[in-house]
Amino acid sequence: MTAAVPRASGDRLGRLLNLVPYLLSRPGILLAEAAADLDVSERQLREDLELLWVCGLPGYGPGDLIDMAFDGDRVTVTYDAGIDRPLRLTPDEALALVVALRMLAETPGMANRDAIQRALTKIETAAGDLADAPVAVRIPGNDDRLATIRGAVERRRALRLTYYTATRDETTVRVVDPMRVILVGGRSYLEAWCRRAEAVRRFRVDRIDGLVELDEPAAPPPEAELSDVADGVFQPTADLPLVTLRVGRSGRWITEYYPCERVEEESPDAWRVSLRVSDLAWARRFVLGLGPEVTVLAPAELADEIARQAAEALTAYPR
Amino acid sequence: MSRNRTERLVNLVICLLSTRRFLTAAQIAATVPGYEHDAEDPREHEAFQRKFERDKAELRDLGVPLETGTSSIFDTEPGYRIARREYALPEIPLEPDEAAAVGIAARLWRHAGLAAAASSGLAKLRAAGIDVDPHATLGVEPVVTVDPAFAPLTAAARERVEVSFEYRVPERDGKSRRRLQPWGVACWRGRWYVVGHDLDREAARCFRLSRIVGAVRTTGVAGAFEPPAGVDLISYVARWSGPVEHTGTATMLVRPGRAAGLRRWAESVESGPEGDRLRLRYSDAEGVAGWLVRYGPDVVVLDPPEVRDAVVARLREILAGARADAAVGTPSDTPVSAGWVAAP
Repeated sequence: MTAAVPRASGDRLGRLLNLVPYLLSRPGILLAEAAADLDVSERQLREDLELLWVCGLPGYGPGDLIDMAFDGDRVTVTYDAGIDRPLRLTPDEALALVVALRMLAETPGMANRDAIQRALTKIETAAGDLADAPVAVRIPGNDDRLATIRGAVERRRALRLTYYTATRDETTVRVVDPMRVILVGGRSYLEAWCRRAEAVRRFRVDRIDGLVELDEPAAPPPEAELSDVADGVFQPTADLPLVTLRVGRSGRWITEYYPCERVEEESPDAWRVSLRVSDLAWARRFVLGLGPEVTVLAPAELADEIARQAAEALTAYPR
Repeated sequence: MSRNRTERLVNLVICLLSTRRFLTAAQIAATVPGYEHDAEDPREHEAFQRKFERDKAELRDLGVPLETGTSSIFDTEPGYRIARREYALPEIPLEPDEAAAVGIAARLWRHAGLAAAASSGLAKLRAAGIDVDPHATLGVEPVVTVDPAFAPLTAAARERVEVSFEYRVPERDGKSRRRLQPWGVACWRGRWYVVGHDLDREAARCFRLSRIVGAVRTTGVAGAFEPPAGVDLISYVARWSGPVEHTGTATMLVRPGRAAGLRRWAESVESGPEGDRLRLRYSDAEGVAGWLVRYGPDVVVLDPPEVRDAVVARLREILAGARADAAVGTPSDTPVSAGWVAAP
């Protein structure tokens, strides 16, 4: 929501109006602590305090300007000039907080759901009419399984997973060092260091067919880094094979579900769609499953394999 | 904003919060440092008025509730004040675990605008004396992305303004302009939808936000419609996503060690001399046929005929399509043979 981005000019004013009540409720706070909490540099904080010090209504007597007492690196507001509360939430702030809390409350397997629900109720009460955010959230998922996995992550234990890998169509058993559980695009994933692949892998929770918590600590090596999944879990790279398909009307949905590199609408009955796949055998199953409305234009070996598989499969059925 | 202007605006807020009476522009100019000018000099006075207008706009943008009115019938021009109860964030008695949850919620958004709004909202809670543990986690981390249409549509739903937008559904050709009274936005299975009254279809409709092309336009005035009382947005979006009943059972032969994806869902697996015999529950013959065809010659359907026939029909069409393509020049050096076995 672009309207909610505070313009740089309004930033400081908003911060200053917050600063007085912030300090008022924390007498004698260390400047360094306040700066860290407010996400500004200590120098910026000192400049803000200097500015506030000369604010107030002159001519009304000695207690008319904002006043502060400094004790070494600590500060206490001794006169607030009437700014003793922060400004109420704006509609965009209320929306962003309320919807995010609804999102958390709906996330399957979430810990401390009770606290989230209580927080949501209180924020909604404080926001008044604004809390009536016209946004509903529902995220179906396997709560129990997720809670089990989350528990293992929190206890920092290694896991033995029985996992179905769709790209290779195989179920394997592997030991992993869990790192975190994430929910992306309505699906839950365990992100973990896979000792077999010796790399960080994301395991779709609905493809974890078995799970044993081991009696040894999770120990992801230092090189194990969490990945950025904001743009989706599968981010194709240029080194992966490129598959080009001719797609009829009923197969067009794939352009919404898979990251496509190109979509050319040659005619209503033939879209030319290019996408990168992590495995050609997966692509073969994918295209076979899409049925006659989708044919492979490239690579040729994929088209050949599909034709061979279809022909061979047909030999099992008497004409 | 210059230091002088920031200082003047803080003073303006202090001044208007401290008064119960409405203060006229002249009274404010006499009180707030930075507005000093010679009111008799038309140019100076005009400069002051422009400055004051800009400052009022700045405060309103920040969400400061400026009230306009007169204190008595003797006042000839309107004055200004800030009602404290409108200005101040009410008390929010958050327990530490509740505050931690709000802190996590505020970090949820990847969208720049929503992220900024959430963190400035959180800053206000902190200013109200609430301590937020920045290291708290809840074990599951939702990664939330929103489509560009999210912000204009939630705003329009809140203000009850009619909207129109270009909408594109992959199965249909081209796009169409839709006009909608938006009731609200719903997130279902990780996708965002807007639900409302479609002004052309004259019925409730939902639209996927990712299919909206270009800008969402608002038309008419705020408060133009009233959503149905107690409307359940999710019920519109999830209407076709109810549990599917698996009434049929299919039997098939599967090559040993193959089709792991099928085995996960099998009701039973029996090994025999010709392969593994799987029993699989299904709801719709065409649907399950599409799935089984994925595994090519690794799976042979035995029963029932409706699934077997659907699989055979699909295989024939796929083969015909592939041969037609080969005939028009898709390179295909190797002849189609029945002996080909999938690479492991």
